[in-house]
Amino acid sequence: MVRLTINGSPVQVDEGYTVLEAARMYGIPIPTLCHADGLTPYGACRLCVVEVGAAPRSKLVASCTTRATEGLVVRTNSARVEHARRLLLELYVATSPQSKRIQDLASAHGVQECRYEAKHEDCIQCGLCVRICNEQMIAGAIGFAGRGTTRHVSRPFDRTSDVCRQCGACLYVCPVCELRCQAGTADTALCNGCLNFSPPCFNSYDDAMCFLDPCHACELAGPFRADARTKIRATATAR
Amino acid sequence: MVERVHHITDLEELERVAIHGRASLYPERIKILVGMATCGRAAGAEEVLEKVREVVEKQKLPYIVAETGCIGWCSQEPLLDIWVPGRPRVTYGRVTPKQVPDILAALPEAKTDLALAIMTGDDNPLTGRRWDYSNGHGPKVDGLPSYAELPLFRRQLRIVMRNCGILDPASLEEYAARGGYHALWKALWQMQPAEVVREVTASGLRGRGGAGFPTGRKWQAVRDAKGSPKYVICNADEGDPGAYMDRGVLEGDPHSVIEGMIIGGYALGAHEGVIYVREEYPLAVERITAAIHQAERSNLLGDRILGSSHAFRISVAKGAGAFVCGEETALIASIEGRVGEPQPRPPYPAEKGLWGKPTCINNVETWATVPVIVARGSAWFSGIGTERSKGTKVFSLVGSVANTALIEVPMGTTLRDVVEEIGGGVPGGHKVKAVQTGGPSGGCIPAEQLDLPVDYESLNAAGSIMGSGGMIVMDDHTCMVDIAKYFLDFLQDESCGKCFSCRVGTQRMKEIVTKISEGKGTEQDLDVLEDLAWMVAETSLCGLGTSAPNPVLSTLRYFRSEYLAHIRDRTCPAKVCKELISYTIDPVTCNGCGACVSLCTGEAITGEKNKLYTIEQARCTKCGACLESCKFDAVLVN
Repeated sequence: MVRLTINGSPVQVDEGYTVLEAARMYGIPIPTLCHADGLTPYGACRLCVVEVGAAPRSKLVASCTTRATEGLVVRTNSARVEHARRLLLELYVATSPQSKRIQDLASAHGVQECRYEAKHEDCIQCGLCVRICNEQMIAGAIGFAGRGTTRHVSRPFDRTSDVCRQCGACLYVCPVCELRCQAGTADTALCNGCLNFSPPCFNSYDDAMCFLDPCHACELAGPFRADARTKIRATATAR
Repeated sequence: MVERVHHITDLEELERVAIHGRASLYPERIKILVGMATCGRAAGAEEVLEKVREVVEKQKLPYIVAETGCIGWCSQEPLLDIWVPGRPRVTYGRVTPKQVPDILAALPEAKTDLALAIMTGDDNPLTGRRWDYSNGHGPKVDGLPSYAELPLFRRQLRIVMRNCGILDPASLEEYAARGGYHALWKALWQMQPAEVVREVTASGLRGRGGAGFPTGRKWQAVRDAKGSPKYVICNADEGDPGAYMDRGVLEGDPHSVIEGMIIGGYALGAHEGVIYVREEYPLAVERITAAIHQAERSNLLGDRILGSSHAFRISVAKGAGAFVCGEETALIASIEGRVGEPQPRPPYPAEKGLWGKPTCINNVETWATVPVIVARGSAWFSGIGTERSKGTKVFSLVGSVANTALIEVPMGTTLRDVVEEIGGGVPGGHKVKAVQTGGPSGGCIPAEQLDLPVDYESLNAAGSIMGSGGMIVMDDHTCMVDIAKYFLDFLQDESCGKCFSCRVGTQRMKEIVTKISEGKGTEQDLDVLEDLAWMVAETSLCGLGTSAPNPVLSTLRYFRSEYLAHIRDRTCPAKVCKELISYTIDPVTCNGCGACVSLCTGEAITGEKNKLYTIEQARCTKCGACLESCKFDAVLVN
């Protein structure tokens, strides 16, 4: 057993637990975007930062990749942590204004405004799709390519390979694809008044990121297919 | 020269090799040396060397022609050195192939109108001895200054670069003649591994890659770590813009790094070493690979090194030049063939590094320092430098200085000494505005703080870092907003992109700074910028992210007024930011020479020869070519 302190309360967890797992076991909420039980912690979204150690040498670490160690002092809700999360969420909203998950988190953390221009990049590169494909579906059909400004989730040579079984797990875990806000414009993106799930559609989302080909949700064609638009048009004409 | 193959199995044989080396280092014939590091080659050293060989061959001159590494006086490249036995070594600067016959014809007298300085002797910190070139035959050559007198070299102490520019990097014999591999023999035969670690700890050596972690503590951690095999890695993934210290050492003295690594391997119980160097350093890769093969052939790598029971091998791993791969966990991932992305620490590489085994990663400079510490002892080494930063540090001094150079100074030397004395100050009567240290992770130190001593703590306190040793001097023609923009541009491309905060944060910071540089910023933007900078530094995983805001934060701290000028007055005080300046031609000064017309990229300059020219603002691309071409200062920037 490992004994540590979270928000002033002593807690005990088994060896090998991460700080995030320890906190959640005790019902202490820590927001995450790139974490999913059953997948290797990745530490990409940084939303799960917590403050560890004693001031003035305390620092923020991602709780999902930090092991719970004996005597560790953790604060999950200090002003520093909250401030960092709010600034992160503001940036998330600007990056992916139509994700309901992100909007909900933002409003839960009191983010009232977004000072950045909305970019509609949508993909936040949480890596959930890459990991579920690799670790649970044992396919490894998608991965990250590039770095910095050009980094993106991609398929080998940008073509769907034979190892892709079209299972849809990537779509299932994607925090951005699911429950897309239908409001459509950046101005209303923080309204929180999202409609219920409706499949992402090419006509409103040119940059839809799912890797399904054809897309399971709209059952037309994957957005990465060069002929997607022609197909849509063809379908429309046929109708 | 045909390489002699040696089987060095004991000290006696090493001494025999050293004798050969001395004969080629200081031969009894005239010797011509050309600085053939990348910096020299870029300036045309290959052509010079070719011409020297051609002349020597054609005229059947009994001269020895040899290559050497970086002599360290970059602004004077290509450098050619001539040694006439019994006389000081004469250095010629900015040599062109055309001048070569002249120089050679004048021998044995030096052609003084082309010569820069003389080297009367070279100090060898490894042995503590000095080689006197002139053998007491008068140190002067026609009043040329000696290296010891030159401001550029007077303040330097060359420990890491002890052999750079002295020996032929391809010669193991010359390295041995300079005391090379003697420290290895001492470590293997006269010291226990734990003693070596103790000695390094006592020396106070700190990692030269940038963070300044005490090397001894790192070594102890690897030594204590459970698991085998253990690995040592040399981090030669140098990526800071304007920095080339590691390249200089690998190209000029590759055996010093190999010797340091073998000693490290012995001290830590590791039998395998990897040198991680970027493919963009083809010459460094070539030289270090050649040196490794040479050491293997000579029994200095392999089993039973120097007759001891220690076995050690080194391989070279080439990186694709990602800046982030200089971060140790990303570097390990890259060697293992995975994507070069940093991993959370702990576990530190000392516990779980390469292939999950205890690994010691040190920088090129650190490894090259190790043999000196072993040879001269920790007490000697720790006598150099400041209280908490020991020894010397190599800097690539670049930017707006008279002498751009690869220099090595004791820790604690002030920035003013480095910039004004060694660097010779800013040319053209301009003033130093700031000194940028530590590359993209570092910051800009303003001119008011030039008396700051160069050591880890002082630079940190000033909002910058020591970093790996890039030092960029900026004069009053530099716009600090533009500098921040430049480094952010570099960082947004080089961020591995794993942490959302670093990837998107650097992009957004770049956008805001760009907006300000275009005169479209608001004062609120500065708040957002500071918020972003804080967030990126706080929440990112690795050193790249946590230090990425430094260029912004340090310029905001010291040059806020410049940001405000861009925002409030919509002007760029340094007249750099294109959107905020305009070029005009002064009708009084312009004599209509027309020099600017053909250079104008936008074909915006109109007028008549010998009369007056004007710039059509709508077509002006603000490239600045006219300003540079005008000999009469008639082009004005507003």
